[in-house]
Amino acid sequence: MERDFTARGHHDMGGLPAGDIDREEHDYALWEKRVDALMMICTNRLKLMTVDQLRKGIEALPPSAYDDMTYYERWISSVTNTLLERGVFTADELGAKIEEVRARYPDGVMPEGSAGGGC
Amino acid sequence: MARFAVGDRVRVHKQFPPTPPSHIRTPYYVRGHAGIVERICGAFRNPEELAFGRDGAPEIPLYRVRFRQKDLWSDYEGHEDDKIDIEIFEFWLDRAEGSEGETA
Amino acid sequence: MSTGHDDQGHDHGHHHHHDHDHDHLHPYDPEHHHPHRADQDDSMTYYRLMEEAVRELMIDKGLVTADDIRAEVEAMDARTPANGALVVARAWTDADFKTRLIASPKEAIAEVGHDIGPMKLIVLENTPEVHNVVVCTLCSCYPRWILGIPPDWYKSRSYRSRVVREPRAVLREFGTEIADNREVRVHDSTADMRYMVLPMRPEGTDSMSEEELAALVHRDSMIGVTEVSV
Repeated sequence: MERDFTARGHHDMGGLPAGDIDREEHDYALWEKRVDALMMICTNRLKLMTVDQLRKGIEALPPSAYDDMTYYERWISSVTNTLLERGVFTADELGAKIEEVRARYPDGVMPEGSAGGGC
Repeated sequence: MARFAVGDRVRVHKQFPPTPPSHIRTPYYVRGHAGIVERICGAFRNPEELAFGRDGAPEIPLYRVRFRQKDLWSDYEGHEDDKIDIEIFEFWLDRAEGSEGETA
Repeated sequence: MSTGHDDQGHDHGHHHHHDHDHDHLHPYDPEHHHPHRADQDDSMTYYRLMEEAVRELMIDKGLVTADDIRAEVEAMDARTPANGALVVARAWTDADFKTRLIASPKEAIAEVGHDIGPMKLIVLENTPEVHNVVVCTLCSCYPRWILGIPPDWYKSRSYRSRVVREPRAVLREFGTEIADNREVRVHDSTADMRYMVLPMRPEGTDSMSEEELAALVHRDSMIGVTEVSV
C-alpha cells in the first residue's frame, strides 16, 4: 500500500465534514481552571515546558482518546507526561501521590464547590 | 530577514509530517496550495523544535498568507472573494508563479 | 474519516469510575467506550485525581505554592469578554483610538486599563465589505489575555472542522446571515498571533454612551460568529 505523504493528524481537522455545532456551554470547574493555571505557570514562569509540548502530547493521544477525553483531561494528561519526561517527578512519586489523593475521596466524589456548578 | 514580501505569491509545501510524535502548525487543508502574503508577523521560535522542549532558535519569519476559498475547496459555496488568512512559517513556503488565481 | 464527533463528546448519562493501577497514565479503555464527559458532575475521575496529585507534587517540590495557583486562577477569571467589549465600544466612539487599536493593539488596550501580557494580537475590523471570523483548527488558540478562556463550542470538532470550509453555513447556525456580496474572511490561528474581531457598530446607537455600547457587545461578536445588534 502506498503511503499517504500528506497524511493529516487526527487533530488537524480543518475542512472535514462534521455535524451541527453544540452551542451549550459549561462553566469551567475549579479543577479545570487549576489545570489551566498549572500549565500557564509551567510555561510562562517556570519554563518547564512549552505550549508546543502541550500540543504535541495532546496530538499523540490515540484518536479515540482524543475524542473521548474532555478538554482539560487532555491537558492534564499531556502536562503530566511532559513533566515526567522532564524528570520533574518520577512515575513512582506520581503513582504514590495519586493513591494518596484517591484515599481522600472514599466515596469517589469531589468536595462541594470544586465541581463547577450550572451553566 | 524575511524572504518574502507582502503581496508575494507563495505555495505551501506538500510534505509529509512524521506525526506523531512530531508537531507542526501547518494544517493539511492548505498544504500544496498557493496564496498571497498578507503580512509579515515578525520572527518567532520554531514550534517544531519547541515541541520537543528545545529552545526553538533561531527565530523563523512568520507570515499571514491569504488563500481564496474557492482555491482550497473545489466545491466551495459562497462568495467568489471569500478568503482564509492563516499563519505559516517561512520554511513551509516556496515562491509561486503568477499573481491572481491558482491551481492546486 | 468519521464525522459528527464533537470535541466535547457525548455524555452517556452515567459516570464511570475507573479503578486502574496507578501506573497507567492513560486509563483509556477502548473496550469500554464511556467518555468522561460530564464536566459538571462531581465524580472524582482519574484525571481530577491526577490534577490534584500533580499540583501537590509541584507544591511539595517547592516549584509552586497553592497561592500561586490561586492567583493564576483569579487572574484568568478576571479576563472576560467584558474587557473586549470595552475596547470595542471605545473604538466605536473614538476614531483615533480605533486607529491606534489596529496599529498597536497592546498599547491601545492598555489605555482602557487591560494588560494583554505577551499576547500578539491582531484586531480584525468588520466593514460593510468584509466580515471576519476566527478559529483555531489545530487546537484552541484564542485571545485569552483579553477575552478569557474560550467557550466549549470554539474548541469543538464541529466548529473547528466546518468553519474553514463552510463559514456561511456555520454563521447561519449562529443566526448570522452574511449578504451574498460581502466577503467572509476566516482567520485560522495556527501560530503566534491571536485575533479579535472589531464588529460593526449597529445603526441607531448614536446617542448611546460608551458604557451602553459596551453592554451590547457579546463575546461571540468578537469571535465573529455574530454581529452586534441593538
